[in-house]
Amino acid sequence: MVVKPLTGNYAAAWAAKLARVKVVAAFPITPQTTIVEKLAQFIESGEMDARMIRVESEHSALAAVYGAASGGVRAFTATASHGLMYMHEMLWWVAGARIPMVMAVAMRTMGPPWNIWTDHSDIMGQRDTGWLIMLAEHNQEVLDETIKMFKITEDERVYLPGIVGLDAFILSHTTEPVDLPDQEVVDTFLPGRKQPYSFRPGDPLIMGNIPRSLKENMKMREDIHRSQEAAKEVIGEVDKEWGELTGRSYGGLVECYRCSDAKHFIVGAGAWVGDMREAVDRLRAEHGFKAGLVKVRYVRPFPREEMVKWLANAKSVIVFDRSVSPGSAGPLFLDTVTHLTISGVRAPVKNVLAGLTGLDVTYGDIMDAFIASVSEVEEMGTFTKTIEWFYGR
Amino acid sequence: MVINIKELPKEKYLLPGNAACPGCPESLGLKYLGMALGDKVILVVPAGCTSVIQGLAPGAGFKFPTLNVPFASSDSVASGLAAAKEILGEDAVVVAWAGDGGTADIGFATLSGAAERNDNIIHICVDNEAYMNTGIQRSSLTPYGAWTTTTWTGKRERKKDLALIMLAHRVPYVATASIAYPTDFIEKVRKAASIKGFKFIHLHAPCPVGWRFDPGKTVTVAKLAVETGMWILYEAVDGKVTISPFSRPYLDKSKRKPIREYLKLQDRFRNIRDEDIKKLEQMVDEAWETLLKFA
Repeated sequence: MVVKPLTGNYAAAWAAKLARVKVVAAFPITPQTTIVEKLAQFIESGEMDARMIRVESEHSALAAVYGAASGGVRAFTATASHGLMYMHEMLWWVAGARIPMVMAVAMRTMGPPWNIWTDHSDIMGQRDTGWLIMLAEHNQEVLDETIKMFKITEDERVYLPGIVGLDAFILSHTTEPVDLPDQEVVDTFLPGRKQPYSFRPGDPLIMGNIPRSLKENMKMREDIHRSQEAAKEVIGEVDKEWGELTGRSYGGLVECYRCSDAKHFIVGAGAWVGDMREAVDRLRAEHGFKAGLVKVRYVRPFPREEMVKWLANAKSVIVFDRSVSPGSAGPLFLDTVTHLTISGVRAPVKNVLAGLTGLDVTYGDIMDAFIASVSEVEEMGTFTKTIEWFYGR
Repeated sequence: MVINIKELPKEKYLLPGNAACPGCPESLGLKYLGMALGDKVILVVPAGCTSVIQGLAPGAGFKFPTLNVPFASSDSVASGLAAAKEILGEDAVVVAWAGDGGTADIGFATLSGAAERNDNIIHICVDNEAYMNTGIQRSSLTPYGAWTTTTWTGKRERKKDLALIMLAHRVPYVATASIAYPTDFIEKVRKAASIKGFKFIHLHAPCPVGWRFDPGKTVTVAKLAVETGMWILYEAVDGKVTISPFSRPYLDKSKRKPIREYLKLQDRFRNIRDEDIKKLEQMVDEAWETLLKFA
């Protein structure tokens, strides 16, 4: 075990190396690029025993690692923004083929105009593909969760690919001390590659030809959904196991911060959860609010049970979204409202759309949005505006 | 290496119950591929006729291990798969088997990328000269003057010279072949499999449905393409072009049959005008002339 100053991108690269990935393919895109640059360096220097396929596009990047993973080896790629959207078709294919693999996404907004800063439009645009999707808060979590994601995706109850999201620049290019586990620890935690099938010469297996029965085909879709549900348990188990090995456990799909006596909750995912912690501390210390924070680590599978558990008796819930489905609302808000409502939780829920296109959001901004909204609830019992575009101070 | 057809393996890789149309040239190609490489093949198939020919899941009229993939991904998937097989030490020949669209159009970037990286795969382009699986729409490999459902009065652009473009990638092996000459094709596939790096084989595959000819005449039409000089059989090892034996007689222009004999069997050329036939003849001459510069 050694503590190293690492950017989020280097943490992702170290994780792929420690997971003994055998094939890497990627196409450069800001702010992901340094992940694969680092991996290329590891591979060329002989520190990492893997192949690098230097493809001509992101579509081909995911196609190449899919081919490698289908062939029976552990594979990794990374991308962001337009690159992820260009891969979108392949994301469906990998999940539908039930091939486990891991991808890091350095979350960045979408154009036009050209803009390299963070928001969650890219990753949230992949919610329907069948991939497990988690958003990290800090670089240690990037490293831990990337290693864990191999174990989770290679569990036979899951057998789906997974994404680890890290916010552009805030994590991808910011250096933090990261505890690097020893190779032996990772090897114990993550034994040899596991997958449902692989292509071998002389073994006439066919993946993806036209189905005779559409009922069977629809069942395949349902099966992906069931495996996502089953992944909830696996994510919890793996988190616990990793915690026992390294002392770092994150609580499964959700981490609740200062929740035991909280009445008013902030819900968020990604790097700005760090600012939300600060906001909650100050709202309690400086303003006397019983504030709590639900950090959503996994958006797929969506943590229905844990959200219900923490928010069942909330007086109000403010969901911060860093992306939006124009004409509807923020995706985290939509999921939260849906799953609370169908579970009979009737707390007032508000959507704050903030930080889109990379607009900076500080803990002060979060406090402002919280104070204005919660004061309204305390006065009138509900929110007057349930979807608010928030531009900060 | 001379192929004796009687000595080829009898094992079948295209099985009864497959969903090919009567007279399908792709099914001939698939049979020959099985004869050439047998159990070593792993196929990567993008969308196209071969996606359908396999038959319906959970069954299959196919004995090749086959990974069906989206259109623009076949060579990249094949590259990754070939890398995995090398890492695991398995003796496999990964073949991307794609149509003209999956090769020359929507699949072109992935093809060019894999060729430039010299990844260890064989790409076989089964060229039926239009998007047949979606209902006979023109492709960049549809010849000048041909009717398709998106060129009702005949295509106005010429057929892209795909094999020459692949030659320009300076890959170790490029060849053309025809479903009418199985021994030539099998020999080329075996040679490709013996070479490490990127190999490209362009297989001419006349389609009775799309070209509008009698399904009993697939091989006749394919032969006429060669005999008129419209399709030239050759191979290029390390960039050096050699005209293959079945096309060698047609180095002499006077030995070539008139291209009208080829066109008249196909209803896709039913309304072709004399001046367009002249243009096609000119294109044939130009194709030979250009190719021989690399010989």
